[in-house]
Amino acid sequence: MKRKKAFSIFTSATLAIGLLAGCSADKTSETPKNSEGGEGGTVIKIATQSPLSGGAATLGESIKLGAQLALEEQKEKFEKLGFKLELVPYDDQADPKKGVANAQLIGADQQVLGVVGHLNSGVAIPSSEIYEKYSIPMVSPANTATDVTDRGLKTVNRICARDDFQGPAGAKFAVEKLGAKKIFIIQDKTAYGTGLAEAFKKGAEEAGAEVVGFEGITIGEKDFNGVLNQVLAKKPDLVYFGGMYTEGGMLIKQARDKGITVPFMGGDGMDSSTLVEIAGDAVKNTFITSAAGIATATESGKQFAERYKQKFGKNIESYSAYGYDAMGVLLKAIEEAIKANGNKLPSREQVAEAVRHVQDYEGVVTKVSFDEKGDNKYAKIYIYKFEEATYPARLEDEVSK
Amino acid sequence: MIEHVLQTLPQVVIDGLALGAVYAIVALGYTMVYGILELINFAHGEIFMTGAFVGTALFLSLSAFGWLSSMPMLLSLLIVLVATSIVTGLLGMGIERVAYRPLRSAPKLITLITAIGISFLLQDFVRFITELKKGNYILTGPSLFSGQVNISASSIWSGFHDASVKSSFFIVLVTAVVMMMTLDFFVNKTKWGMAMRAVAQDRETAALMSVNVNKVIALTFFIGSALGGATGVLFAIQYGTIDPYIGFILGLKAFTAAVLGGIGNIRGAMFGGIVLGLLEMFAAANLPIVSNGILGAEYKDVFAFSILIVVLIFKPEGLFGKVSIEKV
Repeated sequence: MKRKKAFSIFTSATLAIGLLAGCSADKTSETPKNSEGGEGGTVIKIATQSPLSGGAATLGESIKLGAQLALEEQKEKFEKLGFKLELVPYDDQADPKKGVANAQLIGADQQVLGVVGHLNSGVAIPSSEIYEKYSIPMVSPANTATDVTDRGLKTVNRICARDDFQGPAGAKFAVEKLGAKKIFIIQDKTAYGTGLAEAFKKGAEEAGAEVVGFEGITIGEKDFNGVLNQVLAKKPDLVYFGGMYTEGGMLIKQARDKGITVPFMGGDGMDSSTLVEIAGDAVKNTFITSAAGIATATESGKQFAERYKQKFGKNIESYSAYGYDAMGVLLKAIEEAIKANGNKLPSREQVAEAVRHVQDYEGVVTKVSFDEKGDNKYAKIYIYKFEEATYPARLEDEVSK
Repeated sequence: MIEHVLQTLPQVVIDGLALGAVYAIVALGYTMVYGILELINFAHGEIFMTGAFVGTALFLSLSAFGWLSSMPMLLSLLIVLVATSIVTGLLGMGIERVAYRPLRSAPKLITLITAIGISFLLQDFVRFITELKKGNYILTGPSLFSGQVNISASSIWSGFHDASVKSSFFIVLVTAVVMMMTLDFFVNKTKWGMAMRAVAQDRETAALMSVNVNKVIALTFFIGSALGGATGVLFAIQYGTIDPYIGFILGLKAFTAAVLGGIGNIRGAMFGGIVLGLLEMFAAANLPIVSNGILGAEYKDVFAFSILIVVLIFKPEGLFGKVSIEKV
């Protein structure tokens, strides 16, 4: 008995010591980072938050690398002003909890004046509450959920389009460019799918098309012949699907098997190579809308892609240029805040205000002007078309507000 | 309105039959095991799913070796069907041996929960293997029997619209009917079938009459799972794309079909499956028209299950079930 007790005390003591040691080790490794200032003027740190590990790491890293490239290109300019730029990349692991924990660290580091991030709206929303508390401006390259800016936070901005713009933009294209008069809408009864389909329906009706059907399917099922029989009976010019690529692919395939040859259209949930794999040749004549544009469409975008390749030895991903532009916007705002503050280090509040006031910034993939909510007035929805059973699809059109 | 419903009827019936045939054979697996053990084998939906994956993998490797194009289509289908049923049949037997037999005298609820556990295990095991091999758990098989056949229903009666079907529909239907007839023959006309019926009726007495109960139960699992696996192959051919979660909803509906027909009754399960498939397809195509747009196609399951409830209120033992006399 006694021995048992002694043993348990011993083990808990070891545990406690271990814990303490762990803590102190963390601290020692972090202190040199913080005291790095001094030489070469005042340090300005910009943080990036994106998933650098896990399933979405490719996209997350591309945001970080894009931002890094922009920062390094402007280093000299800031040194002339007497400031030293530094990038602090954080890994949010596409996990809201990790994102918030990182946000606390970023907030506590007084030298950080801005954040470029995140990749996932689900992470951006809780993390931005922390940024707001510390008044750190955030420029998002990739968060399309409406709630990111709809909460009216002063520090939150994004350069990409909103989700609720995708539906109307798709509707405009379908009615004006494809000449659709009778449209059949199918949705997957999820928040994303229904929201997208409702927005599309509203847009299509405003543009003068008739919605001949609005039906739901169940996620996880594989047989959509029932709904498609309705489509067959109504004979629409276009079928719109609000949902993900798994159901979308099956739907397109079964529709083509039934002899429904009219174009299909969907949102960014269908933007996946798996869609092509599932639907096969049936994917032809399918249109998708997406908030991510192709950077290499312009001359400056092509140069960016080359510089990126040269520096990191990797091809750009869909959000690399958005990371680059988000950093560009942030640095421009900091520069202006410095000037407005008489060439002294501006406060976070001043930078946040300057970010919100950015007008007509020319980025490599998008032009940026923020409205009072922090949405980009020039954000575009890109429309892609599958002409062959290959991924990615070909850029067909872009729609701006 | 009626005219509109009639126009699409041929197409609806064809699609409903294809779906119903799949429900019917999966329902057989539930009903056979229930009849013998009074156990609802919730892992059966996952055995169906495993069959779909094994079959697709076989088709993919056959086409990788180039045998698929050199063999007649029907022969390769037969090979894959037989191979898959053996694999899933053995899997079903193994599950019974490892997970259910030790619990045979335990309370029913414990076996039921074990079955749910097994179904999760199978789901994630298949997902793991597929992800390991392909990097993605959604699997698309080679497209087989994808030719279109037009059925000119309008020549029968001018009010009908023509229907078009994939030729895989005939494969699914014919194979399903052959499998069901063979099973019916086996259970009703052979010695082993008689042993199965005896065990279902009274396990102890059957044992006293020198029926090897363990063997009969293992055989039941083998047949049920083999049929389930073969249906998985048919499903993969008909719909092309499969994922590890197809067994859940389909299993649930097949179970419903078994209850509708009277659980424990083999012919009832076949009938219930076909009825459920037809009802579901009919509801999905016609609900908005009949209800004037108030109810959309998404209420098809509500409609199908309401019918089930109505049937069970008036005939609690199911359409074909016998009123069971409480054994004292």
